[in-house]
Amino acid sequence: MSQPVATRRPAAVRYERIALVDLLDRLLAGGVVISGEVRLSIADVDLVHISLRALISSVSTALEHGSEHS
Amino acid sequence: MADATAVWAYCVADRMAPEWFSHLAGVGEYPVSVVTGGPLAAAVSVVGLAEYGEQALARHLEDLTWLESTARSHHAVVEAVGAHVPVIPMRLATLYRDRDSLGAMLEARQQDFAEALGRVTARTEWGVKVYAVRPEPAATAAGEDHDADRPGAAYLRRRRSQLDASQHAQRAALAGAEEIHASLGQLAVAAGTRAPQAPQLSGQSDPMILNAVYLVEDGESAAFAEAVQRVASLHEPVRVELTGPWPPYSFAFVAEAAPAARQ
Repeated sequence: MSQPVATRRPAAVRYERIALVDLLDRLLAGGVVISGEVRLSIADVDLVHISLRALISSVSTALEHGSEHS
Repeated sequence: MADATAVWAYCVADRMAPEWFSHLAGVGEYPVSVVTGGPLAAAVSVVGLAEYGEQALARHLEDLTWLESTARSHHAVVEAVGAHVPVIPMRLATLYRDRDSLGAMLEARQQDFAEALGRVTARTEWGVKVYAVRPEPAATAAGEDHDADRPGAAYLRRRRSQLDASQHAQRAALAGAEEIHASLGQLAVAAGTRAPQAPQLSGQSDPMILNAVYLVEDGESAAFAEAVQRVASLHEPVRVELTGPWPPYSFAFVAEAAPAARQ
């Protein structure tokens, strides 16, 4: 999509082939979150929910548009 | 305040060399650099709070284009590090005030990270998605026109038979998915499941009935991939997709610290 630097390089081609939904499955729900005195209160669960809701509505809208022609 | 920055953390490892990711642009095209703390190193980008502060981030996360670009950039750095050393990925949008505070966290939590790194060393995450394949409706629908004078009855009989076939296939698919998860789990050192992806997100019309993750010894990866092929062919009304190798996003746990002094 919009990753001009990465797409120039063959090594990055496989990143583009990863389905976004599989990636977000992991990046929004996996990985380490350390909440401590030094972390800004940004990566909180509420925010993850917001983003997933947005994702679902964005993607479903896009799909509805696409399927009108099929 | 206009120049306020925060430190976006991609991942943590025992060591890092800048040349591993010097060819990559980080999130928002910010350059990627290294922060060390104790025996650990983290890949980071110093980002502008105007774009990555709490409110800006909440707004951006509603923007699918921004989210995709950011997620792929984050993942590219994690993969670049993971190509050289065992890596603990940080969740998307984990930000620290500055490099020093991240370094202090790494030093304070070095034991937890060492344990997490030990769990994922020489192991790889794989994803397996199983879809229930809808039965073909055509088999019973064709060639039954002897009720042509009673089209309603014929329709109802056809419809019932389709529903029976569909429910039967659904039950068989669910049972198959359970068996698949159990048998693949035996080849893994750890396994887990995520919520199945909605059809709007998976882009597949067939319903997803298993969205599983497995942590597999590197030496077993080929055997694991073969097992996925094998179980897929054993269970007829399902379709199986293997994804990976992944950095250990689903198996990178670091225990939460006790809620100690907050600033």
